[in-house]
Amino acid sequence: MASLPLPLAKVGRSTLWQSTLWRHLLLAVAGLVVVVLVLEGTSDFRNAQLAAMAYLGIAAGGLTVLTGLNGQISLGHGAFMAIGAYTTALLYQGTEPVLPVLGVLLAATLVALVVGAAVGVAAARLHGPYLAGATLALAIAVPGIALFFDGVLGGEQGLNVRLPEVPGWFADILFFLTAHDVSSSKYVAYIGWLSLIVTFVLLANLSRSRVGRIWRAVRDDEVAAEIAGINLGRARVLAFLVSAACAGLAGAVMAMAVRLTAPSGFTLTLSLTLLTAVVLGGLGSLLGALIGAALLTFLPQVVTGVGADLGLSDLQSAELTPLVYGLTMVLVILLAPAGIVGSVRGWWRSRAEKAHKPA
Amino acid sequence: MKRWTRTLTMVTSVVTTGAVVAACGAGSSREASGASASEVGITKSSIKIGAHFPLTGVAAPGYSEIPTGMKAYFDYVNANGGVNGRKIEFVVRDDGYNPTNTSQVTNELALKEQIFAMVGGLGTPTHAAVVDFLNSEKVPDLFVSSGALQWGDDVEAKPYTFGWQPDYESEGKIIGQYVAENMPDAKVGLFLQDDDLGRDSEKGVRQFLDKQIVAVQRYTSGNTDVAPQIAGLQAKGADLVLSFNTPSYTALSQLVSMKLNYKPKWFYANIGSDPTLVGSLLSKFSEGKVDGASPLDGVLTTEYISGVDSTDDPWVKLWQKVWDENGGKGDLTNYRVYGMAKAYAFVQALQAAGENPTRESIVKAVENWDPSTAGPELAPFRFSEESHMGISGMRIVQLEGGVSKPLTPVLVTDTGDAPIKEDTSGQGDDAPPANGIPDVKPAG
Amino acid sequence: MQQFLTTALTGLTLGFVYAAFALALVLIWRSTRIVNFAQAPMAMITTYVALVLIDAGVSYWVGFVAALVAGLVLGAVVERVFVRPVEGKSEINAVILTLGLFIVLHALAAVVFGSRYRSFPAPFGLHGFQAGELRIALTGFGIFTIVAVLVVMGLLVALFRFTDLGLKMRASAFNAEVARLLGVKVGRMLTLGWALAALVGSLSGLLIAGGSLVHPSYMDSVVVYGFVAAVLGGLDSPAGAVVGGLLLGVSLSFVSGYVGSELVALASLVILMLVLLLKPGGLFSHAAERRV
Repeated sequence: MASLPLPLAKVGRSTLWQSTLWRHLLLAVAGLVVVVLVLEGTSDFRNAQLAAMAYLGIAAGGLTVLTGLNGQISLGHGAFMAIGAYTTALLYQGTEPVLPVLGVLLAATLVALVVGAAVGVAAARLHGPYLAGATLALAIAVPGIALFFDGVLGGEQGLNVRLPEVPGWFADILFFLTAHDVSSSKYVAYIGWLSLIVTFVLLANLSRSRVGRIWRAVRDDEVAAEIAGINLGRARVLAFLVSAACAGLAGAVMAMAVRLTAPSGFTLTLSLTLLTAVVLGGLGSLLGALIGAALLTFLPQVVTGVGADLGLSDLQSAELTPLVYGLTMVLVILLAPAGIVGSVRGWWRSRAEKAHKPA
Repeated sequence: MKRWTRTLTMVTSVVTTGAVVAACGAGSSREASGASASEVGITKSSIKIGAHFPLTGVAAPGYSEIPTGMKAYFDYVNANGGVNGRKIEFVVRDDGYNPTNTSQVTNELALKEQIFAMVGGLGTPTHAAVVDFLNSEKVPDLFVSSGALQWGDDVEAKPYTFGWQPDYESEGKIIGQYVAENMPDAKVGLFLQDDDLGRDSEKGVRQFLDKQIVAVQRYTSGNTDVAPQIAGLQAKGADLVLSFNTPSYTALSQLVSMKLNYKPKWFYANIGSDPTLVGSLLSKFSEGKVDGASPLDGVLTTEYISGVDSTDDPWVKLWQKVWDENGGKGDLTNYRVYGMAKAYAFVQALQAAGENPTRESIVKAVENWDPSTAGPELAPFRFSEESHMGISGMRIVQLEGGVSKPLTPVLVTDTGDAPIKEDTSGQGDDAPPANGIPDVKPAG
Repeated sequence: MQQFLTTALTGLTLGFVYAAFALALVLIWRSTRIVNFAQAPMAMITTYVALVLIDAGVSYWVGFVAALVAGLVLGAVVERVFVRPVEGKSEINAVILTLGLFIVLHALAAVVFGSRYRSFPAPFGLHGFQAGELRIALTGFGIFTIVAVLVVMGLLVALFRFTDLGLKMRASAFNAEVARLLGVKVGRMLTLGWALAALVGSLSGLLIAGGSLVHPSYMDSVVVYGFVAAVLGGLDSPAGAVVGGLLLGVSLSFVSGYVGSELVALASLVILMLVLLLKPGGLFSHAAERRV
């Protein structure tokens, strides 16, 4: 949300608006209102889709911070999602879960953060294609661990995750606000979107803070940053672990939304999909990550429909979606490396500058 | 400042609108939600059911033909007036044998397509991912296309789920006893899919063969390199391999054995033993140098419905007629027969559920299934209020030139230490009604 | 003994395929400083070209040659159309571009050829040999695999060592500016480099497919193993890539046979990280450490 409504950010004159933290909190509250309205206004099936959008958004948000702000690439974020999801599955199954939902989410985030720190230490010494290759290997290696330790991790069949029970106070609040009962799938969607809002506020503040400036400095010019006294390694590791923690949280929400954690959920495709979301939206922009996640969630239906109209079989039209993703990714890199949000923002800025010049 | 106020006004108005919308909803929604749940997916003239199948991926060869068989039979019934005037609409979604996808397509089937029931959802790891969800949504989950125990052995936890084919533990027991009696000196190796399919059948086999087993190897579905597993069986000197795997892995295991010059006696469980399919996969690998189904000659397997090779069987004649009239491309195969037999059972259940079936009444109807009802299964169903297990038994056969030769009569048993007996119900000798559509009276 | 021999021979055969794939990656890295992650689906597409022809009734060998030619063309097209604009620009953009192509080719194959698993023929026997009591898990096709990779390597060495064209390609890769001053058409040489690399990649695709199942993602893990093999050899050295491929093939085969096939990918990750962190220039580097 660092980059959310630019027009809003520019017109803000009040001191409240000028304070980054307050601005982000205000946006978060507005976001919350929109979330409640949308979730209450749509069917259970749409809720389930929106839950998917939420976890993709969280993971993409973390990845965009890593790639866009710090210049590190990771094709292995699916692996961190797997770590978060397996943590969730282990802590949240059967009739007597070990922890409440919030505890599970935090635990998943924490475990992914620790693993992310370990991987980050190694990753900080690599760059470009080497880092890409190493994280690619990570993405395909992690599901194998779940298969190997099938006694604990459930093997191919995976671990079932219980549907979280809607707590009474939550149902009461929502009933008071909306006069609707909360189904489990709706509750999961709320969990996802609340997690997303919290994550995005934290990430937005982080990227506006000194840490964020250091990350950008490292990305833009390593040598200059080093001369300025920045510890390159530490900055890189920090960015990596923040990003991995987001992926872990996303994995936790995914486990609850899919109700299952199995190796088949964490294929190479997932990691590449996250990268797609980040590239589509524009590297480094949280709003872009959200738009990317929305495209990933809702574009398939549109594209599949078009495919069916063109006379393709169901199976063929289902494959049109990745085709569109891939092509867009290639085109974005060739024509508009700043992504959707970056390009729009660039266009907006140049327009604003023109408008201001006469004055 | 001006634009800022404008934005604020906008936000406020959105919130207000939302509150008003919400307020309008108050009072009316709370009661209305549960009332019509049991009529989901059913109208005066139609009933919508659905299932997930692997139409792509490693499990697709063979299994992707099952829904085509089911659909052909439903079309046949629809062409003859449907069930109580309702046409059966069958929605199939591809999950690629990937449990995570199964979860997503089942969301779509239950919440978006609003199916009345899931019928024949395929696969052990895949269906395990959605069975809790279907039960919590109270969607009847009939005749799962897998023999895992969990569909039928815990009625309290899964009141809406029913098995169909013999469970893998019973199959393991019947195979185990046959081997113990007829090949007491064999050094037995197990080749298992690494999920409930492998685990349940191993449990059954071990009841009789615990001492004879010299090696156990497991493969993960999706990993097509099984050389290490086969080499492991070979290294332990297994001379009889009992395999519980999907059809592609029958072909792969044969192929790897050729490469390793490993020639044990093979005993494939029913789900992986279709000679036509395996033969076609194998003959292409070797560009015709391994011909047709011959590599499976002499292989032992089991059978609980008559296959396409029994051309004189009255049920197979019916399936042939249905396929000729309503089938799509290709020939009648054992997988299509499987699908039609299952579709037949669903039509029986739907008739038993009464004039105006509800989700509850169809569950009741299947629980009160009359075991003497004529059907294609060789042994009767075990459905009751205590057990949702499917067909109770099977016979052991040997494949010769693509045709199965019975080695035993139909043997029936149950899970646990239930004895294995010869079936005396005559279920294997009945024939379909002349018009090919069951006529079951509504239950109770 | 039997299992040891079987595991080693399986690994060796696979190692030759990884070597070929690693070689393809190295050829591209040397000329354009790009790791072509799209190499795997490119090889997959060309294998499908062969499969379609073979299914249509032509001989295996016609399909084989057609796939190699298709690889040559595909490599050239990809370089000219997609890669040229990002050459020499930000590393991340090149990586994302090849991954985009990865996704595109995958989806294209699924739309055009379907995503079913299809069996792919092998031109030689799939029976192993028997020497007395000892079974030798080396099939006719396995021997063909080894010979085919060796022949291609020999041809590449001959091209680079003994021909004028090879010299120009080496010059362009070594120093594009100087080569240009000397009148070498550098752009054309780069295209040719990509085309040759894609041809070698196609070969490895055909060899993996032989006597096995083909589907749009059947090469996906190979790109990782090929990359690890190439890094083992230093990413810059064709000879290193070959040795790296063989080493990796045999080690992974032992992990698979004695520990568990599920951990093969993890083992490759561990090998990769060890090399990158301890000997970033590859196993055979003498020169000063290079940033990776």
